[in-house]
Order: sequence, then structure tokens, then C-alpha cells
Amino acid sequence: MTSQQQSIRLTVNGEAVECQVPVRLSLVDFLRTDLGLTGSHIGCEHGVCGACTLFVDGAPVRGCLMLAVQADGTEVVTIEGLADSGRGEALRQAFHKRNALQCGFCTPGMLASALDYVEQGGTADRQAIREHLSGNYCRCTGYQAIVDAVCDVIEGRS
Amino acid sequence: MKAPDFAYERPATLADAIALLSRDDRDAAPLAGGQSLMPMMNFRMARPDLLVDLGSLGELKGIAASGSHLEIGAMTTYAELAGSSLIAEQAPLMALALPHIAHSAIRNRGTLGGSVALADPAAEMPAVLLALGAEIVLTGPAGSRTVPADAFFKGLFETDRRPDELVTLIRVPASDQHQRHGFYELARRHGDYAMAGVATVSSPDSLRIVFFAVSDRPVRAQAVEALLTSEDLGDPAAIDKALAGLDAIAFAEDLNASARTKRHLAGVVLKRALGQLA
Repeated sequence: MTSQQQSIRLTVNGEAVECQVPVRLSLVDFLRTDLGLTGSHIGCEHGVCGACTLFVDGAPVRGCLMLAVQADGTEVVTIEGLADSGRGEALRQAFHKRNALQCGFCTPGMLASALDYVEQGGTADRQAIREHLSGNYCRCTGYQAIVDAVCDVIEGRS
Repeated sequence: MKAPDFAYERPATLADAIALLSRDDRDAAPLAGGQSLMPMMNFRMARPDLLVDLGSLGELKGIAASGSHLEIGAMTTYAELAGSSLIAEQAPLMALALPHIAHSAIRNRGTLGGSVALADPAAEMPAVLLALGAEIVLTGPAGSRTVPADAFFKGLFETDRRPDELVTLIRVPASDQHQRHGFYELARRHGDYAMAGVATVSSPDSLRIVFFAVSDRPVRAQAVEALLTSEDLGDPAAIDKALAGLDAIAFAEDLNASARTKRHLAGVVLKRALGQLA
């Protein structure tokens, strides 16, 4: 059986993209395999681990729980886009300085969720930061260093 | 895993959506925010062969005050509810519950109507709607009908919705100044599904207590309500006595805990919710 295909037009990291995609393709699979943007990681594929977190129309979403066809007409920003625009630079540096990653698998999603917290005016309240990041799993750091990094950025130390 | 193959339609009108759901030759499923349906499809627990994406139906979005009620479009997301001053002022119980629903990235896509139609027994919104005495509006080929939340949730992922109907509107009574609201849930980590939770609405002459994540559906604890007066709500000893009313609830075990533990946790969450009424 041939999968139903549909053409989509969207903006990815500021660039207009037009593609023909199978309707069952998830947004994160589309970004990784069709566009080669492998910064968004695929962990659990059921919305629990947060490794695929990216921005659609300015809001963080799970890239594994959205179909590529649902992204038709939207503006998508991935970790590559955050790096290019410098929008996540302070957080990236703080993660580096604080050793807030080890294997790095969770980092793109973690940065996206942390950026959402910082940009929404979140305070350097460790409990609130942990709650906001509770949808992003990290199996290396124990989160302590990640919370340190987010606090650094909010307190202007980075 | 990836979802099994399916066909996909994104109708522009409600009538088109219902026509697609009514097709006899297809096992069609409505796609709202997809935050539960997509995982279920990825696990291959759900295998619809036609997804009807409701994402273009602007008429199902938005929150409006209509006299004594709030009318909430089914496709309104949790994030939109959380950002709404109407919800904060007129449905404070909903505002109390929203931060407990999953995580920011899920709340940006997940919808009130999707949660209602799915009827996960551990979900917050069905219990909140039951506690508030809300009404669910369903629209199908023959028109619309209104079902009280009390009659809508029928069992494990089972509701009064027929396969060719859509949840289109949720009608919530606006809070009055005499009402106080309680919400508490226990979860292994913030944003996880609850191990046990409760939503309460109290006024000087009435009390509604609804538990979730303790049975196959959100359950109203009328036997507990009957043992409490408005003066008792700040009295832990009186609440302890009223917990005898939990006998009337069919507690059910899940992956988190046995039925016996669920019963114990129901008492814990009720005392905590009543101890911090808003």
C-alpha cells in the first residue's frame, strides 16, 4: 500500500520550505530525514522524554507528537535555528560553563524548554525551573547543573 | 515506534468534518491536539485508517462569557485556557488544575475537547468539569445535543459520544463569589499522570467532590459530600470521619498502586485540597 502524500509549505529556521511528505511522517522525522536537521533528537516517540522539543509558531511543542502535514503554514524553529540566530547563545554558554550535559542527547530539547522558561520571564527559583523542565529527561546530569545554568542566565551571570 | 499508515484529511468546516467521521467505509478518528492519540498510534494501540484533523476549524476555538456560563470551544488548548483572564476569574478551579497537566510543550497542543472526548481516568479536566457541573455539547449529522458531565463519562476511555459526533463546546457555569475551589493531585513527578487526585467546589450550601485516577472514570464522591457540612471543611477530624463515605467508590488499581492504596491516597488528596481552598 502506498502512503498518502501531501505537499506542505512552511518556514523552517527562517527559510521557506516546500515538500511532498507521507501524511504519517512526524514533524521531527521530516526535519531530520528530509531536511537533514538532526539537532532535534528522537527518544521515546510518545511525548515523554522531551528530546524532540522544538518551536512551532513561537511555542515549544513535541516534534514527535505532531505530523509534518500539521506543520503546513507554520513557522518552525529548531536548535539549529536557535544557534544561527544567537537566540539561545547565553543558555548554550551557561550549559557549557556549568557542565550541564554529558552525553548531550537531551540537550537540544532541554535548551528549547529552558529558553521558553527564560523568555517567559521565569525567575531563578530552582523548584520552578525543575517543574518547567520536568518534561525533559536527562539521564546523565541529575539536573543539578542544568538548573545551575538556567539560574546563571536569569541572574545575568552569563 | 512510528504510527501505522493512515489517510489524512483536514476539513475546513465542521459539517465536512462530521461527514468524514460518518463514512461507513472508514474507521475514522478525530485528531484534536494529538497529545494522546499520537502516542497511542505510535504504540499501535490505536489504528484508525482515517485521521480527521480538526486543526482548521476556527469555530471550535475560543472562550466566551455567556451570562451565567463560560463557553469554551473544544479545540481551545490548555495554554490558551491558562492564559485567559476569563478562565482565571470565572473558572478558577480550571486555573488551579491547568499547571498540573503534563508540560508546557504538551499544553501548547493539547485541547480541552480532546481530553474530554478521550476520557482518560487519570486526566484532570474531566474531573474538573464534573466538579463544576459543566455541560458537553456534541455535534453530529443530526445536529447538536447537550450532555451534562455527570452523564458523559461512562467508563475507561468511554463516553456518551457516538463515533460520528464531535465534542464541539464545553459549557462551564461561571463561578460565583460564594464558591471556593480545591484541587490536589499526587504524581511521581510534576506533569506525570496523577496517582490520585481530587477537585472540589464548595459553597455555604453545597459541596461537590470528584476524584480522578482512582477508578475507571472520574468519580463524584456523593457519600463523602453527604457527611460534610461547610463548617467541616477546615476540620481535619471531621474530614477523617467523612472518609467512611469512600466505601461507595469502586477503587481500581493501575500501574501506580493497588485499589487499597488508591483509597488511602484519595483521603490524603482530599484533606490536602480542603486544607488549601482557593
